[in-house]
Amino acid sequence: MSFLLRTDSLVAGWEQPATQPLDLVVAAGEIVGLTGPNGVGKSTLLAAIAGRARVFSGRIEQKPGLRLALQKQDVPPVVGMPLSGRELLALTGATPNGLPAWLADRLDSRLDRLSGGQRHYLTLWAVLQAPADLVLLDEPTNNLDVAGVDHLTEHLRDRAAAGAGMVVVSHDSAFVDAVCDRVIALEGVHVG
Amino acid sequence: MSADLFIIPFLTGLAFAVLLPALGSYLRLRDEWLAALAYSHVAAAGALIALLLGVPPVLGGLATAALAGASRRLFARRLSGGAADALLLLAGWGGAVLLAANAPMAERLGHALFDGQLYFADKDQLWPVAVGVALALLVLRAISSRLLLARVYPDLFRLRGLPAWPTQVGFDLMAALCLAMATMTLGVMGAFALVFIPPWLAFRRAANWRAGLRWALGIGVAAYVAAFALALGLDQPFGPVLALLLVVTALLVA
Repeated sequence: MSFLLRTDSLVAGWEQPATQPLDLVVAAGEIVGLTGPNGVGKSTLLAAIAGRARVFSGRIEQKPGLRLALQKQDVPPVVGMPLSGRELLALTGATPNGLPAWLADRLDSRLDRLSGGQRHYLTLWAVLQAPADLVLLDEPTNNLDVAGVDHLTEHLRDRAAAGAGMVVVSHDSAFVDAVCDRVIALEGVHVG
Repeated sequence: MSADLFIIPFLTGLAFAVLLPALGSYLRLRDEWLAALAYSHVAAAGALIALLLGVPPVLGGLATAALAGASRRLFARRLSGGAADALLLLAGWGGAVLLAANAPMAERLGHALFDGQLYFADKDQLWPVAVGVALALLVLRAISSRLLLARVYPDLFRLRGLPAWPTQVGFDLMAALCLAMATMTLGVMGAFALVFIPPWLAFRRAANWRAGLRWALGIGVAAYVAAFALALGLDQPFGPVLALLLVVTALLVA
């Protein structure tokens, strides 16, 4: 089996079907982008691949023993909780090596005392760097400034070069173009 | 009064002053602090039922609290937003008060359970409490990172295929048993004060999780020792003194 993940005519949703059929193959070291207008079901498809949303038709096939990681749009509930960035990374098994300097210096701060962008990047990093073969990212550039997006782009390429596969949902076309090997536009059009 | 007379009650309560703030920190992490009050009330009702049935009240309290803790997840989906804990609390309180109102024996025990009976703790109580508290602390330490991961990244927790029961049913069951034991000794509100206030203050002040546990432990033990000395010196019931001392501390520190 040469792929990490394959979907055949996958239709997913929560209470009812909410996506068009998706055919997708992701190999090790490959970054595949999912784009499309709001409401087309990009996040729902990621949720179905991660086993959260319901599969109404089609199938999902994973490489045996595949380790998955999922980053969702909502930031983990850390407000009011005394949890430092270093402790967060230790929880997921992520390394702080490679963090941008503007975040590495704040690792010992509580997460709820970081700026929104810093907190988003650190909680994203904790998933990105967690031991996983396939990483699913849902709008990873939300709340990030230009420096954050640049660092993320570079890091995703490094992570892919190290063998991880990725599926990236994003509305940021410049980011998708810069980081993805292939892009699937969710209106039945394959690009790339 | 001889100091020896109070050393065993002091040590019995001290064990809970160490455990309850730590347990309360994980209940607060999971947004389930109201469950502590629910378990205490259910344990009180169970102890009264056992008394009327001729069974040792401690067993009744532990059994009903364990049942509540183990079955809590069954209703969690239907009763979201803390409703399950509120219903448990009201059912426990209603049952306990009705039992106490209709049976003289139950009335005496009911007062003891709600006010606390720390000064009556003896060696037969100290050893089970010491062993139970030590076990609970070891379990908490063992599942701490899973409890944190399940809270912060529930999807990653699930995707890793980690067994859910130790962090859900297992934690609920352990919390219920600990609260039942504490209720039998410190009373409903004395136990709740130690579960709620030290972690609440610690979460506001601490720089990280480990420091938060240390803060909660320090506040809980300091308040317990001060309340024990104050209640003894002023010849007052222990539970209310502890609760008031922690409330004043909370208002000053928060």
